[in-house]
Amino acid sequence: MPLLDRTGAITDPWVRLDETAPLAARQVIVPLTRLEPDGAAVLTSGAKLGVAVGGDTGFELLRPWLDRLSLIAINFPSFTDGRGFSLARQLRVRGFKGELRAHGYLIADQLGFALATGFDTVEIDDSLAARQPVAEWLAAAKTISLSYQRDYAGPCNILEARRAARAQQNTRVAQTEPAK
Amino acid sequence: MYRYDEFDHQFVQDRVSQFRTQVERHLGGQLTEEEFRPLRLMNGLYLQLHAYMLRVAIPYGTLSARQMRTLADIAETYDRGYGHFTTRQNIQYNWLRLRDVPDILQELADVEMHAIQTSGNCIRNITADPFSGVAADEVEDPRPTAELLRQWSSLHPEFSFLPRKFKIAVTGCRDDRAAIAVHDIGIRVVRNEAGEIGYEVWVGGGQGRTPMIAKKIRAFLPKKALLAYLEAMMRVYNLYGRRDNKYKARIKILVHEVGIEEYARRVEEEFAALDASAIAADAEEIVRIEAYFEPPAYDRLPARAAALENAKKNDPAFANWVSINVGAHKAPGYAIATVSLKPIGGVPGDATTDQMRLLADIAERFSLDELRVTIEQNIVLPQVRQDDLYAVWKLLAAVDLATANAGLITDIISCPGLDYCSLATARSIPVAQAISRRFADAERQRLIGPLAIKISGCINACGHHHVGHIGILGLEKGGEESYQITLGGDPTENAAIGERLGPGLTADQTVDTIERLVAVYLAKRKPGETFVAAYRRLGHDHFKEALNAAA
Amino acid sequence: MARQDALYILTANDLLEGDVVFWSGAGWARDHRAAQIARNADETTALDAIGAAEKAARRIIDPYRVEVTLGADGTPVPVRFRERLRTLGPTVRLDLGKQAALRANSLL
Ligand code: SF4
Repeated sequence: MPLLDRTGAITDPWVRLDETAPLAARQVIVPLTRLEPDGAAVLTSGAKLGVAVGGDTGFELLRPWLDRLSLIAINFPSFTDGRGFSLARQLRVRGFKGELRAHGYLIADQLGFALATGFDTVEIDDSLAARQPVAEWLAAAKTISLSYQRDYAGPCNILEARRAARAQQNTRVAQTEPAK
Repeated sequence: MYRYDEFDHQFVQDRVSQFRTQVERHLGGQLTEEEFRPLRLMNGLYLQLHAYMLRVAIPYGTLSARQMRTLADIAETYDRGYGHFTTRQNIQYNWLRLRDVPDILQELADVEMHAIQTSGNCIRNITADPFSGVAADEVEDPRPTAELLRQWSSLHPEFSFLPRKFKIAVTGCRDDRAAIAVHDIGIRVVRNEAGEIGYEVWVGGGQGRTPMIAKKIRAFLPKKALLAYLEAMMRVYNLYGRRDNKYKARIKILVHEVGIEEYARRVEEEFAALDASAIAADAEEIVRIEAYFEPPAYDRLPARAAALENAKKNDPAFANWVSINVGAHKAPGYAIATVSLKPIGGVPGDATTDQMRLLADIAERFSLDELRVTIEQNIVLPQVRQDDLYAVWKLLAAVDLATANAGLITDIISCPGLDYCSLATARSIPVAQAISRRFADAERQRLIGPLAIKISGCINACGHHHVGHIGILGLEKGGEESYQITLGGDPTENAAIGERLGPGLTADQTVDTIERLVAVYLAKRKPGETFVAAYRRLGHDHFKEALNAAA
Repeated sequence: MARQDALYILTANDLLEGDVVFWSGAGWARDHRAAQIARNADETTALDAIGAAEKAARRIIDPYRVEVTLGADGTPVPVRFRERLRTLGPTVRLDLGKQAALRANSLL
């Protein structure tokens, strides 16, 4: 399963565990059901802890773990189900600093939205990657070069750009005014 | 009115290129039909009964002459010489080809227009009072707020894949001409006791299958908190709105099911976690937007123009039009003129290429280059000098745009219905036409007074039938078109959902029944009492006799 | 051959042009009278398969079957009013849609 970030395809250092697999690796993503029973053990073993959740997972469940988790993988059951974008933003607003990963079913045209709402990486399945290769994802994310929403990690923010333009103009005005 | 700066231009330009490549990628197989569909919808492109339909946004209903001309050009070049103005201040073209759409979007972008989010499960075109900025009773022009929201909602990374569509309306008046009570979010600009301007915020109104009146969530929201508060409202909806059933996915159902108190609690909690100042547009940005909506330099005129009074005296038809279609303007000597797109027997909301061009010319010469589109599917010339009204009226009359029926029984709202719409269960336009012909007599219309008939061709209620004084809903029963009448609906500050009168009727029976309903009203009204006021006083049962006679 | 009572034709909209089309047996026709009629369950299943394949090939969108009866001249007439409208055009604009050409040729 290809993994990509804003620069392109990357290799995945994380091992995804199912309900029963042993906690052997150094960076493991456990299902949400294993977070409470196994989370502490993973951390004491010195491994990094990640958790896989659904877009419908209440933020409250994750709150006690936020500063101990290094990765949260949010599932998109369908690309038309945008809950994952809100959960990601919610996590970022509450100060989650680890990696946010989207998996499940997103399409190339949503990479920009995923990055803007706080995701770092997107995992896509092989059949989708065959139809929409990584280069297409990157191209799609670049088609919209500007954004109107402040406080999102989007591309060039228009409100900030306007502010910068105003500031520059003010400096220019100040410079052309004769010194007293 | 607002003008794009370099960034706005670049943004819509990017959007045009994006759609062009999306079409190519769909043709190339990179995007399946299922994947392409929501992307084209988010650009206003539907598949209708006979062809593709493109819905173009007219943000808060404001248009310049140049923009109106481009709308006419598009109708002429790519469509069949007309367009349809909708109840959400959009225009729809009915006969488009997918291959032309990227070029059409380019023509729109060149005049600072777009089709962004006119469909799809995202925040739709922001609508506003069509009399914004000129109404006499306004707290503040709501358009700077609407423009801020247009920008903020455009390609919002978090809110482009919501459970369902999302409609926001803004008004600056106590008199609600924007129907905020039947929107997902309704915003009213208000002044608090300290004299500060802020927003009263309503949520969870809507029409469709389950009509509901919005509930007040905040009596006074400081202006600078608006974007953060909306972000919190949208986030709670995006996370908790139902996705298991498309008919229960609107925010009104969430608010109804969890209750307004619980919904508000979740919103306030989310709002508290946000850094409102990091989200808000800075003060200078607000000032920048507001500057575009500064009142124009009005000529200093007497409150009443002698020329107007003379013309009225000499031309009774003109006097009639003025008394019905012309409203009070805040500047002395000016008027707000409503151009009816409801000629007797016509298709409500349709305008031809020639009509659009003439409206553009008139706006340029006589209305400070401004036009508005109303939720009643009419056009407003908001800045006309009273002494120019006669000239304006004559020009309008030449292209069948001078019908004197604004707010009267033949000023019917009608969705496209089964003549065009693939979701329809019955036709709506022919019913509107039949009613219009039945009540064609101008004197009779005047006598009846304000009466809003609204017709939808299916339960989606694009024709706003739930809030019609008389609402008509077209259904299919046993393979036949059948019409359900509701009474007493009201989209204004006295918002109410209409109550069903009885079983379904044929189109002919519907027209007859409306005539009898009007007769009941005329027989029982008190002097000066409107239809809907009489309905409220007399009660629903009083009007049932009209139906019984139909059977 | 499995029997069925109803007759069907296959309709869709052309992907790029958007106009209403009907499966003729060899391709997509603009005129519903040229449509291939499925008279039994096997033929009906075959029509459905063609619709799915043509959609996947991105030639058309929104394929579905329409129940028809046979007119006096043996050509198919859709049963539902909605589907008849799709073979004609809006009833409020007789100058537009497929009916315009039919009218011009005195076929309506
Ligand atoms: S109300 Fe129904 S028929 Fe009318 S436009 Fe909306 S979806 Fe179509």
